[in-house]
Amino acid sequence: MNRFQKIFSRGRKVAIGYATCGCPDTESSIEFMHGMVAGGTDILELGVPFSDPTADGPVIQRSSQLALRNGFRVEKAFGIASALRKAYPELGLVLFSYYNPIFSMGPEKFAERAQQAGVDGALIVDVPFEERGEIEPMLNARGIELVPLVSPATPPERMKKITAGCGSFVYYITVRGVTGTRSALPDDLQKNLAALRRAAAPAPVAAGFGISSPETARAAAAGADGIVIGSAFVKIQLDETLSAAEKKAKAEALARLCFGAVR
Amino acid sequence: MKNTHYDIYGGQYVAETLMPALEELTRAYEKFRNDPDFVAEMKYFLHDYVGRESPLYFAERLTAHCGGAQIYLKREDLNHTGAHKSNNTLGQALLARRMGKKRLIAETGAGMHGVATATVAARFGFECEVFMGEADIRRQQPNVERMAMLGAKVRSITSGTGTLKDAMNEALRNWVETVEDTFYVIGTVAGPAPYPEMVKDFQSVIGREARAQFLERTGKLPDEVIACVGGGSNAMGIFAGFENDPGVKLVGVEAGGMGLETGHHAASINGGRVGVLHGSKSYLLQDADGQVLDAYSVSAGLDYPGVGPEHAFLHDTGRAEYTAINDDEAIAAFDLLCRLEGILPALESSHAIAQAIKNAPRLGKDKAIVVCLSGRGDKDMENIRAYKAGKKILNCE
Repeated sequence: MNRFQKIFSRGRKVAIGYATCGCPDTESSIEFMHGMVAGGTDILELGVPFSDPTADGPVIQRSSQLALRNGFRVEKAFGIASALRKAYPELGLVLFSYYNPIFSMGPEKFAERAQQAGVDGALIVDVPFEERGEIEPMLNARGIELVPLVSPATPPERMKKITAGCGSFVYYITVRGVTGTRSALPDDLQKNLAALRRAAAPAPVAAGFGISSPETARAAAAGADGIVIGSAFVKIQLDETLSAAEKKAKAEALARLCFGAVR
Repeated sequence: MKNTHYDIYGGQYVAETLMPALEELTRAYEKFRNDPDFVAEMKYFLHDYVGRESPLYFAERLTAHCGGAQIYLKREDLNHTGAHKSNNTLGQALLARRMGKKRLIAETGAGMHGVATATVAARFGFECEVFMGEADIRRQQPNVERMAMLGAKVRSITSGTGTLKDAMNEALRNWVETVEDTFYVIGTVAGPAPYPEMVKDFQSVIGREARAQFLERTGKLPDEVIACVGGGSNAMGIFAGFENDPGVKLVGVEAGGMGLETGHHAASINGGRVGVLHGSKSYLLQDADGQVLDAYSVSAGLDYPGVGPEHAFLHDTGRAEYTAINDDEAIAAFDLLCRLEGILPALESSHAIAQAIKNAPRLGKDKAIVVCLSGRGDKDMENIRAYKAGKKILNCE
């Protein structure tokens, strides 16, 4: 069993949290992630900042720009992953990125560095099923899973194709839109999640995008094996009125509040 | 789908949410591209509405001035809306109508594609929203006003440097949210498949006409065909007419900005390396870490860090040559064409003119060059005046 399979076989909803690496700097982003783990996060998505985050809303856009302005380099994401792996042997670690930084480094080198850093999976927003072939074999050769994404626009037969052989979890994008907090989730959520779980079985399904409160967390968790919270964490990372210690405490509190609501 | 990839270039590097939309578009395009009704409708509107065919004009005084090869201008500036852009927006609008879409969105740099999209939206009754960087809105005010008059909403984009790349990021984000009823009208031969091939198809009328016109007039083919390249749609359009004529040299002209050596340019092929942006793999201006760099050119329409994937392919195979012309050279060519021929070219097209001015003296008087004069320069007057007055260029502060 890989780390994902162990985490999803614990018999409770899996808590997945996203934070932007290097926002506002490397050290404070690591401290922030410690707070998320203390609050009950099972899998951490380490956001690798990219200059043109076309699938992200304003919050993650701002965090990426800030990290890049403050000197973020892709190499630092591996450093962050290593630090977390050392501290938490059971924690799931996913690098969440756009393709160009990976392509620029070379898929093989990326996979090698990710393996050395103790990373379990990679989620590459702009590599759909059709383009997977140029990165997935390199990742798998290093024991790293490529986390597949499914959206409300994905038809059932395509869901099957995308999720076949998935060794991690399937990431269901709950909304037609970019990342960001929303007050409510779409009406078709439960119906779509049910269809996806049938198509993806035995792979577990986590729902993300738009989840930021106990209410939205419960709504998403009702039909999924896990939930992802992203922009709500990143908003705290971006709050200039807070010290690094205060941000860490808030991250822990948010994780407890939202993830606690589905346990 | 014939071409999702051009060797290693092209592809569909987009979020999963857009994949079903691209499949839907591909199916519709394959269904209608050779449909007699669609073809007839295109032909009718290209003739009666866009004003085709556009003339192939012998630039006699420019030729005499350069003292070498004869220079011919393919007058895309005379099209409705003043550039080659309407060839493509017309095609995409007719396709969108058949697909039952209600709303068109577009990105724009110089504003010419935005105006061309707003124009067909008005003509065919679509809602229309155009995404434009705030620096470009300042540089290209007349086009912003034209779009508003045509009933389009212009959304100012403040992220990044507020230029074409950022406008395209925002258009893609909007499309993800509105994909059910919205057709994304991409203005160049970039983006995910099927856009590069589809836009080439719609623009290939330029090359078909130019080849036939030149042949009819001279009984032979030109020696060189020159066009400016930002994303590269006018170049791909005119190249398409000559791609199977190995004796015709194809020359794409990138924006050298302040000079390739300064780093302030928009020459993706000459000054970038292979990367992935906005749905396709091609040459890209980027740093060592794969972060995309901001392009710079005095011409807003060339100010883009990427280039269409087929251009990358034509470069690698050697079928086309890609050069760079800097700001000063483009402005000088602009002046020369105004004074000698009474034609006010777009700053984008002025890059191609500048290359022709360089190449003509190297060729004999019995040789001929066809330049794609992709658009008119009325929109650039304020920017050129400011440039000549030595003011800071707006997006290079």
